[in-house]
Amino acid sequence: MNDRSTRVFLVDDHSLFLSGVRAELDGVVDVAGTSTEVRDAIEAIRQTKPDVVLVDVHMPGGGGKAVIDAVLRTDPRVRFLALSVSDAAEDVIAVIRAGARGYVTKTIGATELADAIRRVHDGDAVFSPRLAGFVLDAFAGEPATVTAPQDPELDKLTAREADVLRLIARGYTYKEIARRLQISVKTVETHVSAVLRKLQLSTRHELTRWASDRGVV
Amino acid sequence: MHRGEDRLIAGVCSGIAEALGVDPIIVRTAFIILTIAGGFGVPLYLVLWFLLREPDGTRGIHLDRVDVTRGDLQQLVAVCLLVAGTVLLLRSLGLWFSDALVWPITLAGLGVALLWSRTGDEERERLTRAANRLPGRRFEALPGGWQTTLRLALGAVLVLAGLGAFLAANDALNAARQVAIAVAVTVAGLALILSPWIRRMTTELAEERRERIRSEERSEMAAHLHDSVLQTLALIQRKSDQPRELVALARRQERELRAWLYGGPDRQSGTLANEIEAMAAEVEDVHGVEVDVVTVGDTAVTPAVNALVQATREAAVNAARHSGADAVSVYAEADGDRVTAFVRDRGHGFDPDHVPADRRGISSSIRDRMSRHGGHATITSSPTDGTEVMLELKHR
Repeated sequence: MNDRSTRVFLVDDHSLFLSGVRAELDGVVDVAGTSTEVRDAIEAIRQTKPDVVLVDVHMPGGGGKAVIDAVLRTDPRVRFLALSVSDAAEDVIAVIRAGARGYVTKTIGATELADAIRRVHDGDAVFSPRLAGFVLDAFAGEPATVTAPQDPELDKLTAREADVLRLIARGYTYKEIARRLQISVKTVETHVSAVLRKLQLSTRHELTRWASDRGVV
Repeated sequence: MHRGEDRLIAGVCSGIAEALGVDPIIVRTAFIILTIAGGFGVPLYLVLWFLLREPDGTRGIHLDRVDVTRGDLQQLVAVCLLVAGTVLLLRSLGLWFSDALVWPITLAGLGVALLWSRTGDEERERLTRAANRLPGRRFEALPGGWQTTLRLALGAVLVLAGLGAFLAANDALNAARQVAIAVAVTVAGLALILSPWIRRMTTELAEERRERIRSEERSEMAAHLHDSVLQTLALIQRKSDQPRELVALARRQERELRAWLYGGPDRQSGTLANEIEAMAAEVEDVHGVEVDVVTVGDTAVTPAVNALVQATREAAVNAARHSGADAVSVYAEADGDRVTAFVRDRGHGFDPDHVPADRRGISSSIRDRMSRHGGHATITSSPTDGTEVMLELKHR
């Protein structure tokens, strides 16, 4: 998927990885800039105003979450896609709740990464199989009663959303899911975006616990 | 007439009330009035305590019959009244040391009791439980700090007040003030002189301790990295001409390192998720194909669940050996009594109805195994989309 008009900014404290990703993405998207450091990245993103920021989760100085928090305060239009080698549940949930629209691991292939960037640029969400698994796990069972949710709809997944997440967890692409469930790819994206919204806003105990463990709430 | 069951101390009042057919509170009030009026209520209570039988017929003053587990405010007041009454009685009988001695001792005693009481933790637990009944948020534990500080401060004030009262009553306050000023000035002087040194000592001690912990951590990490990562890197250098093996090596190392870095103690062995992860790791090692695992929920491994794990393994091995794909996705979900597993590849597929007879894997290792344990297997395959094996089981 070629989309040279998407301006992408890369933030990763490993310069080796940064140059690798840059080489892969050059010519596929417009790489607006790179940074290896949190403070520097926040400044540069505010100046270059990219469409999508590809941000590493673990970095000295607050990590990807610090970048997301700072930039979204001044430029809410910038979209974030988190990238990490860690796929521990609390890391994933923490960056998503900070405002990232997706999460992919660093082993992702170049084509898939470009596809994920395009999807985030369009305002959709990007769920890796593992993230889909975490979400199904977190939303399994009855909503917690202690938290007294202000909106009970946010505390559970619809049957269709769960179906979509299960297929993602099973390794299906959005296109394959659409064919399988006989819906359009756009509808699949709508379902995933709805799940992302629930993930960010729900007060479910499992989510808030994960998030509060990492000092996100 | 016998002692009552609804007892604050020994059930004397409630026993009388029961016999008279009135509310115990009336009898109790009468006793309180008698106690305040010269302490007469106390000997009366003790005599009745001795005379009245327990409901089961035993008699006598047994402190172990007092229901101390009540531990509420009413009982506390009752016991305080008993003590106060005794004191008043002694005083009116002339058995009294002197106010100058008794009150300071009482104050200091209260202070010491507060200082030494070990109820901090219990109290905190009780307050935490009470706080959790409030709507809104959950408290894991209340911070213990301020309660302990308050308790210690109150205790110290009481002890100091006791000492002060003693000194004042014995006209020694002036002398004590002189001494206290001298001591305070000396201590302040010493503190001024020694404080930089003491501070440096404490920071140095803390720093040394931190440094030691850090170096222990570093050596543990170095040992681990040497055993695993460096060995793998050496292997990779020697096998640079075999890309498939390189990928397998890197994957295995990544898995091990990840387990070491992020592996929490919360994962128990012998559960579905663990068995699936272990199975995937093994298939990855043996066949050099990436096996991505996602699990949702978890359950203990029963013989039926074990059969499902083995069938999943067979499906993953088939995908690794025959599909031609370089990645296999495994998804396992435990939801109540239902366990499902999916093994999916994007290889070239096959026709499940025309499997050569020599490949017994699918029918015996997957289908038969599942049906023996009350489950079933569904295989969908096409040349364009690859193959997906679904295994489903109801256990328990």
